Amino acid sequence: MAQDSTFHHGETASAAPIIEMRNIEKHFGRVIALAGVSFDVRPGECHCLLGDNGAGKSTFIKTMSGVHKPTAGEIFFEGKPMRFEDPRDAIEAGIATVHQHLAMIPLMSVSRNFFMGNEPEKKVAGISFFDKKKADEVTMEEMRKMGINLRGPDQAVGTLSGGERQTVAIARAVHFGAKILILDEPTSALGVRQTSNVLATIDRVRKQGIGVVFISHNVRHALAVGDRFTVLNRGQTLGTATRGEISPEELQDLMAGGQELAQLEGSLGGTV
Amino acid sequence: MTNATQPTAASDERIKDISAFRNAMIRPELGGIVGTVAVFTFFLLFAFDSGMFNSQGVMNWSIVSAQFMIIAVGACLLMIAGEFDLSVGSMIGFAGMMIAIFSVTYGWPVWLAIMTTFVLCTAIGAFNGWIVIRTGLPSFIVTLAFLFILRGFTIFLPQVIERKTIIGGILDVAEGDWLAPIFGGKILQGVFTWLGDAGIIATFERGTKQGQPVVDGVPMLIVWAIVLVIFGHVLLTKTKFGNWIFAAGGDAEAARNSGVPVNRVKILMFMFTAFCATVFAVCQVMEFGSAGADRGLLKEFEAIIAVVIGGALLTGGYGSVLGAALGALIFGVVQQGLFFAGVESSLFRVFLGVILLGAVILNTYIRRIITGER
Repeated sequence: MAQDSTFHHGETASAAPIIEMRNIEKHFGRVIALAGVSFDVRPGECHCLLGDNGAGKSTFIKTMSGVHKPTAGEIFFEGKPMRFEDPRDAIEAGIATVHQHLAMIPLMSVSRNFFMGNEPEKKVAGISFFDKKKADEVTMEEMRKMGINLRGPDQAVGTLSGGERQTVAIARAVHFGAKILILDEPTSALGVRQTSNVLATIDRVRKQGIGVVFISHNVRHALAVGDRFTVLNRGQTLGTATRGEISPEELQDLMAGGQELAQLEGSLGGTV
Repeated sequence: MTNATQPTAASDERIKDISAFRNAMIRPELGGIVGTVAVFTFFLLFAFDSGMFNSQGVMNWSIVSAQFMIIAVGACLLMIAGEFDLSVGSMIGFAGMMIAIFSVTYGWPVWLAIMTTFVLCTAIGAFNGWIVIRTGLPSFIVTLAFLFILRGFTIFLPQVIERKTIIGGILDVAEGDWLAPIFGGKILQGVFTWLGDAGIIATFERGTKQGQPVVDGVPMLIVWAIVLVIFGHVLLTKTKFGNWIFAAGGDAEAARNSGVPVNRVKILMFMFTAFCATVFAVCQVMEFGSAGADRGLLKEFEAIIAVVIGGALLTGGYGSVLGAALGALIFGVVQQGLFFAGVESSLFRVFLGVILLGAVILNTYIRRIITGER
């Protein structure tokens, strides 16, 4: 855990949550995917949602981002009860989801990707044109802030590494006013260096007062940036721990349900 | 993490500087530009004396190229949006036949016949797109079905209504119509008369038209081609909607996640392709004065070939309208140039196959450079 000291962790307990989800249940036919999950995100914190495959992480964040409607439970957004009819509602409220894949279009330039769906326009003779100059300037500026040096705004996204693509997607969400940033397994397919870049980006975003929801099944990545940790198992919350209260081993045990892994641990030599 | 905390750090040492030459290479129009230069060089060397570059010759291949351009613009934008339309050729035949039936058989005013045909054909284009979006089937299959459906109607309707497969007499009913000259007329006649009087271009030496220039104006067909190319280019590269076209073809799912109305973009592009096919049909009908059931055969493939020569990727998300226009120019110049050069015309198909293959290979290579794949 050499990275622990790299990041500044703010006092998260003081601020009111941006989004609070209480006893969320989601049933698909006879399958109970979520059986009462409570979760909240405060400004400027990184709240990690951990869980093994099938624990209900994806279903839960899809409920948060408006893809699924909860079967039961309440959602409060900035203190007010909220019901998202579709993902657009959630996006407009300020909940942005960055998917591992399906975020960027490789053949298009970084600046065209950055403003995809939110193109700046200028009027010439009464006709609206894409304001490429402004788009290029903003893109270069935002990329510089995120520590990515582009050859130029016309550089195709395809030439960026996986970590850089994630960073562009995160920068884009932040630029367009996200209050909550949901990162779905942003590091699961990345190398060591790229992972550390993405974790640094998360840290930078958090310092701007944005609430980050970091989904992972990698305890080490979560512990590197997380302020609070919520573990999901079989559709239920196994509790939320604050940074410093819990050891990597305990987290790992919670995620796996604490059984078979205990026997494996000896042979694996610690965290997976 | 040290480099990440220093935003002003030097550029990434692992990204090689690319030369201006290589940068110029990764433009979609590259193939089109190289091809155009090569084709003109070839014919200037080997067919200069054949009459290919006097006023009639230039007008001859310009008209053929303009025809290709009109349908290539629509096919290009649709291909960049990630879809194909194989019904373009049948749409041309169908649209021409509808104008003939409305105006000659039913006696409608020609302007009304033209407008109704435009509405009908773009609606069919929208229906094509709607089926593709709704069913999720490849547009290849859906529009292949319409290739047959529309061609079938184009042969069936005139046989039932007029008992023949070619309907003529459109020029007679179009006399004095206000809309027909916008498709069948000519402009800049004064300039050509002046050029003829000045002895710069050829004039008729005898007969009733003695002294008048052989080429007496620019047909509206060419004007339409230029207007559509400029419109398509500006739409694609200078507007928000153009960004959506690239996004819809590049990765529809990612585009949807970013809030791009992918379905609307694709359906509109199907409609625009149908619109271009109808423009082609109206110009052709006004030129020939008749509509035939076999008009527009194989045009869908010629449009797609022009677009691919122009640098667009068959998989969508990448391409250029200017490139497609150059592809159409190459197509027209070679088709007519081989005739001027006295080459057996069947060799044109050989050439077409070779250049298509070369263009696709070049495009694949360019894509690898852009996306950094190996």
